Amino acid sequence: MNETSELQLETKNLNVCYHNHCILKDINIQIPRKQLIAIIGPSGCGKTTLLKSFNRLLEIRDEVRISGSILVDGINIYNSGLNIPDIRKKMGLLSQKPYPLPMSIYDNVAYGLRIHNRSSSEKIKKIVKHCLTEAGLWNEVKDRLHDPASRLSVGQQQRLCLARAIAVEPEVLLCDEPTSALDPLAAQQIEKLLLKLKKEFTVVLVTHTLRQAKRLADYVIFLYFGKVIEQGPAHKFFSNPQHPETQAYISGDIS
Amino acid sequence: MISSLCVVIGSLVIIIFLVVYNGLPTLSIEMFTQTSTGGYYLGRGGGILNAILGSLLLAIPATIFAYILGLGIALYLQREFSHPGFASLIRLILDILWGIPSIVYGIFCLMIMIIVGIGASLLAGILALTLLELPIITRYMDESIKMVHPELKEGSYSLGSTKIETAFKVVRKQAFPGILAGMLLGLGRGIGDAASILFTAGFSDNIPGSIFDSTAALPTMIFHLFSSPIPVVRQKAYAAAFILFIIVLFISILSRLFSKRYMKYVIK
Repeated sequence: MNETSELQLETKNLNVCYHNHCILKDINIQIPRKQLIAIIGPSGCGKTTLLKSFNRLLEIRDEVRISGSILVDGINIYNSGLNIPDIRKKMGLLSQKPYPLPMSIYDNVAYGLRIHNRSSSEKIKKIVKHCLTEAGLWNEVKDRLHDPASRLSVGQQQRLCLARAIAVEPEVLLCDEPTSALDPLAAQQIEKLLLKLKKEFTVVLVTHTLRQAKRLADYVIFLYFGKVIEQGPAHKFFSNPQHPETQAYISGDIS
Repeated sequence: MISSLCVVIGSLVIIIFLVVYNGLPTLSIEMFTQTSTGGYYLGRGGGILNAILGSLLLAIPATIFAYILGLGIALYLQREFSHPGFASLIRLILDILWGIPSIVYGIFCLMIMIIVGIGASLLAGILALTLLELPIITRYMDESIKMVHPELKEGSYSLGSTKIETAFKVVRKQAFPGILAGMLLGLGRGIGDAASILFTAGFSDNIPGSIFDSTAALPTMIFHLFSSPIPVVRQKAYAAAFILFIIVLFISILSRLFSKRYMKYVIK
């Protein structure tokens, strides 16, 4: 296997600036395929911005300047002429607070399939069932698939968001502190699911709890004030951190 | 503060009392089942079916057209489609349009009618009411679309849906309560307005047979009846006002019942 096929995602000299304020500075990271990658760092260090630059969500809302490149499967997603919805389709997203779509539980999962013209309703039914099962939600909702998604608990909503994300067969799952709004039990369910799903998808997890990163991550990227301080395999990162900032962060001296 | 509240509640009670007290005794089955014949305005038999139907035929299509046009505008004002500066300019224009007196819309449409060469008709009346309702409905929809949480849209985008798909399939559903409220407000303004349809829809004792026929409506009917020197006829104006009142109430209740089916999908 050559190097490019093991790499899912790579950034080269990525800079993200709002007006004159740069949030991310010279980010160079390599994200390996089908592993769970944790992006850690104190709040406000640019973790979410980095995550949202991976599927070009940043440019929707604000005036933002992005320079450098992000290669997904070797293709720079900031090349002009690419169809942005196609790029986003490759990247599932779990946000901090779950936001299901304003429709029924079933339609939430079917929505992505329908917009991509996945034809017959029989086939959609099958995929919906499969995805809800994968997300550990099927048994809880199988008798009320046509209830509004808004009636689910927050934990269930987060799993529904996971189900709808994997329905469009992404390659990467981008998770932005997906357990921070959940109670401990629901959070545990999500963690278990992420560990299971990393066999099929590359999971990029933004987290500000160090313990979560220790529990789940195969590979860790440490961001501090918009810069990558250190990155590497988790066991090495936690047992033998190279940089003083990393050591301080792991030991809890900075947060 | 309490006295201002009393003024508001007091006026409402007095208005309802006046309309019901004067209108109810004159109300009869005939008013709903018969059109107004010539003698009606002199206090003889007949009803105002032509005005009731005319009002519905004017205001309902106008509200639907204003909804279609307004939805397009309101969705376009989102950050994804237009620059914030441009959006605030459009909002300012809509607010100015909202404040324009309805008689001005009437005269404006009359000028267009003269240029195009159509007379007072259902069509022209619908056009005038659409223009009258458009800024109200659009601004209401816009305000409620602005409230849609960005992360909800991001969820839709990250499934690979386009801006258009997100706007029409997700944002529209999430903003539904505000959209409905705007439509009700627009309909209420449209169905109750006399000045904009005075020249454009004209007046007729018959039920319009086509969109090119002129038509009566409840507000213009009230206007004509109340201008009469005969007390019995003026009483009938109250009855017409009462009917208008009931229609607006009925539509409002109906849409609230209907909206429950969709309201439950809104994500909080």
